[in-house]
Amino acid sequence: MRRARLRFSAVFWRRPWFKGLALLTPPVAAFLLIYVGALTVLFISAFWSVDSFTGKLEHIWNIENFRIVFSTTDPTYLRIAGRTIGIAAAVTLTDAVLAFPLAYYMARIARPRTRTLVFVLVLLPLWSSYLVRIYAWRLILSNDGVLNWALGGVGLPHLNIGYTNWAMWIVFSYVWLPFMVLPVYAALERIPDNYLEASGDLGASGFRTFRSIIVPLALPGIVAGSIFTFSLTLGDYVTPLLVGGAGSSFIGNVVYENIGVNANVPFAAAFATVPVIIMAVYLVIARRLGAFEAL
Amino acid sequence: MESGATRFGLRIWTVLVVLFLWLPLVLIGIYAFNSSNIQSWPIPGWTLHWFATAWHNPDVRSSLWLSVRVGLITTGIALVLGSMAAFAIHRFRFFGRESVSFLLILPIALPGIITGMALNSFFVFAGLGLSPWTIVIGHATFCVVVVYNNVLARLRRTSTSLLEASMDLGADGWQTFRFVVWPVLATALIAGGLLAFALSFDEVIVTTFTAGAQTTLPIFILDNLRQGQQFPIINAVALAVIVLTVIPVTIAQRLTRDTGVLRSTAATAAAAAESVEVTTV
Repeated sequence: MRRARLRFSAVFWRRPWFKGLALLTPPVAAFLLIYVGALTVLFISAFWSVDSFTGKLEHIWNIENFRIVFSTTDPTYLRIAGRTIGIAAAVTLTDAVLAFPLAYYMARIARPRTRTLVFVLVLLPLWSSYLVRIYAWRLILSNDGVLNWALGGVGLPHLNIGYTNWAMWIVFSYVWLPFMVLPVYAALERIPDNYLEASGDLGASGFRTFRSIIVPLALPGIVAGSIFTFSLTLGDYVTPLLVGGAGSSFIGNVVYENIGVNANVPFAAAFATVPVIIMAVYLVIARRLGAFEAL
Repeated sequence: MESGATRFGLRIWTVLVVLFLWLPLVLIGIYAFNSSNIQSWPIPGWTLHWFATAWHNPDVRSSLWLSVRVGLITTGIALVLGSMAAFAIHRFRFFGRESVSFLLILPIALPGIITGMALNSFFVFAGLGLSPWTIVIGHATFCVVVVYNNVLARLRRTSTSLLEASMDLGADGWQTFRFVVWPVLATALIAGGLLAFALSFDEVIVTTFTAGAQTTLPIFILDNLRQGQQFPIINAVALAVIVLTVIPVTIAQRLTRDTGVLRSTAATAAAAAESVEVTTV
């Protein structure tokens, strides 16, 4: 028995490629077959159409779906794309502003114990339920929720921003904030202390050091964080569904509706290429700015 | 170099942002004990009643049970496929090695809606009816990478000479695995598994496309939120879900103190960004 086992391991030891192949085939085959296969079929189907009478998929090559998405005579879909991109940009900016001082405090001021504590406090919300965190904001922003109670308490008029673009902006900024903190923190932590000392020795003021040393070195981290906040917002449909009002659809909502209720998969696939192309362009720019070295 | 005022300002800012992150979660905790079934603030009184109601609700039970089953099977698949890939990538240098990492990371690099939509049309196309298994396939695509990253990080900090020494001393492959590899990897596997379970248990976007008429716990919450029904039950379930996802993540964090969940989240994020870059260049 032991002998057979030894022989068995010897086979693997002598022919490492054999072991490599045995280890690699199942995961790679599963991913290629199911995942990559599915993606390929999906993007090819963007060039197909659906028969409006029978609802059946027709395998005729055309670019009609893209023509509808980018139509300027009926800009419904361009407007939705614009809203999605605009809010994604606003969320990214907000998260950068919220995250930078916090990351700076963690990286350069806090003692190790405090740093670990803040790290955990920032990261646990990221792992706790995404849906529940969105729901919490519905409770806060509703007419008789915490926000209006607090405003009333200090004598300010009520705000009715539940179910508006403002609500989406707040909720997205809230949900993705930890994704911005992590890379900015990593970038700031990596700045050697003697750079700052050198800058001071050469007569730079605190502000000058901040502007000429810290910001340029932290920028790749901010860009890296923005990849997440921007991309996650672009692809979301749950937040608009739960806290957006009427007429606050995102690209994701149009896609979702075209898969489920009145299925038009080719159109959904065509519209879904918009965020993918935007992200591709964004990543090329991010690479120029050195975001990938910052991660 | 920072002045006292700057330090003070930064400290205040940090406290405020942490409060911003936590107050909504605390609020969920309070609303779960709301004695009224109207969701207004401040709550009129306290009760434990809704936990009992939620626990005895048949829809909550069946969706919880489905989520737990799907989570466990997904975790199993993610552990097997993720560690196989990590071993292969760690030990062997071969053509297309980078594209394997890229392949595993793709499902978290692309928006969930694209993964969900692609799998949905694939299942329809292949004539597979939507079942718990299609949910598992959907979840496994993005959970494999969590285990993969944890195991790979651990392997990279383990010297291969340990294995050679074990073989030189006469151990066979199984013994080497049992007495050398396993003790080194065990906590990384447990941590990866816990994270995979937490991810699966909480997932909603891909699930809506692969579940059909089935209801997992997040879908139960989403459906009721959209229809504006059963808010007291949702509050109780929401608190339970927060606790249930935070516990495994905290345990995983303790098990991988050296690399840590924090680092592995950051590493996953980094890998995702890198891999997306590969496609664009």
